[in-house]
Amino acid sequence: MKEQLLDILNDLRPDVEFEKEKKLIDDGVLDSFDIVSLVSELNSEFDVEINVMDLEPDNFNTVEAMLELIVKMQEEG
Amino acid sequence: MQKSVLDYLEESAERFPDKIVFADDKNEVTYREFQHQVKAVATGLAKQIPSERNRPVAVLIERKIESLTGFFGIAYSGNFYAPIDYQMPVKRIELMLETLKPVAVLVTASAGTVMDQVAYDGPVLDLQTLQNTSADQDLLDEIARRRIDTDPLYAIFTSGSTGVPKGVLVSHRSVIDLIDNFKEEFGFDDTMVLGNQAPFDFDVSVKDIYSTLKNGGTMYVIPKMMFSMVARLIDYLNEKKINTVIWATSALRIVENLNVFSKKLPEYLKTVMFSGEVMPNKVLNYWRKYLPGVMYVNLYGPTEITCNCTFYKVDRPFADEEALPIGIAFQNTDLVLLDDERKAEAEPGQVGEICIRGSSLALGYYNNEEKTREAFIQNPLNPMYPETIYCTGDLAQYAEDGNLMFVSRKDYQIKHMGHRIELSEIEIAVNALPFVEAACCIYDTGEEKIVLFYQASEKCDRELLKQLGKNLPKYMFPNRMEHFEKLPLNKNAKIDRTWLNENYILK
Repeated sequence: MKEQLLDILNDLRPDVEFEKEKKLIDDGVLDSFDIVSLVSELNSEFDVEINVMDLEPDNFNTVEAMLELIVKMQEEG
Repeated sequence: MQKSVLDYLEESAERFPDKIVFADDKNEVTYREFQHQVKAVATGLAKQIPSERNRPVAVLIERKIESLTGFFGIAYSGNFYAPIDYQMPVKRIELMLETLKPVAVLVTASAGTVMDQVAYDGPVLDLQTLQNTSADQDLLDEIARRRIDTDPLYAIFTSGSTGVPKGVLVSHRSVIDLIDNFKEEFGFDDTMVLGNQAPFDFDVSVKDIYSTLKNGGTMYVIPKMMFSMVARLIDYLNEKKINTVIWATSALRIVENLNVFSKKLPEYLKTVMFSGEVMPNKVLNYWRKYLPGVMYVNLYGPTEITCNCTFYKVDRPFADEEALPIGIAFQNTDLVLLDDERKAEAEPGQVGEICIRGSSLALGYYNNEEKTREAFIQNPLNPMYPETIYCTGDLAQYAEDGNLMFVSRKDYQIKHMGHRIELSEIEIAVNALPFVEAACCIYDTGEEKIVLFYQASEKCDRELLKQLGKNLPKYMFPNRMEHFEKLPLNKNAKIDRTWLNENYILK
């Protein structure tokens, strides 16, 4: 699953070293346009429905946090 | 008689001394405090660069009130400000400084470290330090006496087709014209609580800053992060009781894309204005469905005519597929549609290039006579006395109801994510990379993506973007890249854009 997520992220922003970044949102590495595309990709790739209330910096600052969110959503779904 | 936008601050500080004028995520400042601070900055600056008038002073900006004290301090000192985002690539900052040759650069503490890497010989002044100067009212009065309304207020940079950004130079008079029009047309008053989205190096923010000051309102600088973590955005709008937003179309689109209103609604919004690119009715209908009581205004215009020259108050239902009009010209602005050759007016009902007459015209591109002459021309309909009009490069035509409809661009300029971009500027930057043999860009309008076609010995998307990041801001990055060992050429031995477009974009 992590590989799949990294593929999506690298496709989205080939210029970012995702595994090294710890503050993707707080440092503004990912901007609003990235988030819009990312959310729709994650929803379709992982068959989840990330909604507005999940859009918190803590859920998107690192690759691990995104993974946790996806797992949580899949379990709930 | 009003000679400068500084009168807005003087008058509102008199009427509402203790009201908050600006607030960012950490600080807030009242009218009186702000007036003191900017006069201190002006005095400090004027002493550093004595007897300089109408000269550029760059400000490395952040989303902070401090940056605004820089703008007004510079204006009081009798010079004009040029905002530069401190997060821009160093090389781009250098290009802007080369064009400006500023007499000083003002910085905040965190933006200041950027200047260590930038080649610049003049004084770099810390805003915090300047604020600690004691204001010298006599000196500022002396400067004010010599000011005229056509003196420049700011230079804002926009993408240039030769690879060098152009600094659009705008006078006090033009901003007064705009802000008076906004008050008149949209009924702004001192109950205005504005939520600022646009960065300060983007002229959309000019409307926020000066409308706030003129009307005695309050402006909140919304943290950028909230436009991606949008649940917080709505909480913020409600907490601050924000009733007016003048946003980029793209910001409204994010709200629709993420279906934000299904979970939370803004409670105080009365006026929603948007500009920057064509507003899809699908997005607007989403907003109208959830917030039916709001006044929606479509604003159109390039930086060169001071933000906007036409407006359309949305006054009837539109189907998702319909186009939204750009409306009619503001007061004291005249709009002519010129034919292909810019020699005569387009035939009634036909498509023509939008050309503008009025006090709203910028003074020109700073230190760029050639580009100024191309776009700011003698009115071809009037050969009898000097009269300048600005040719926007935008094509439009009148609908039967008298409203103007945007058609397309005349050239390779595009609007992408609210930013105005010359595709050739990207091409120049890509072609400059040592491992790229040839490149061209095409905009995929349907997908809203900048597509780069490049020729190199091997595929190198990642390296290419990394290198590009040293020259171009992120919003100019290609969104899709196609590698070729050999790019197709047409009969004239030029890259075959038509073939690429047909086979990669339209397919």
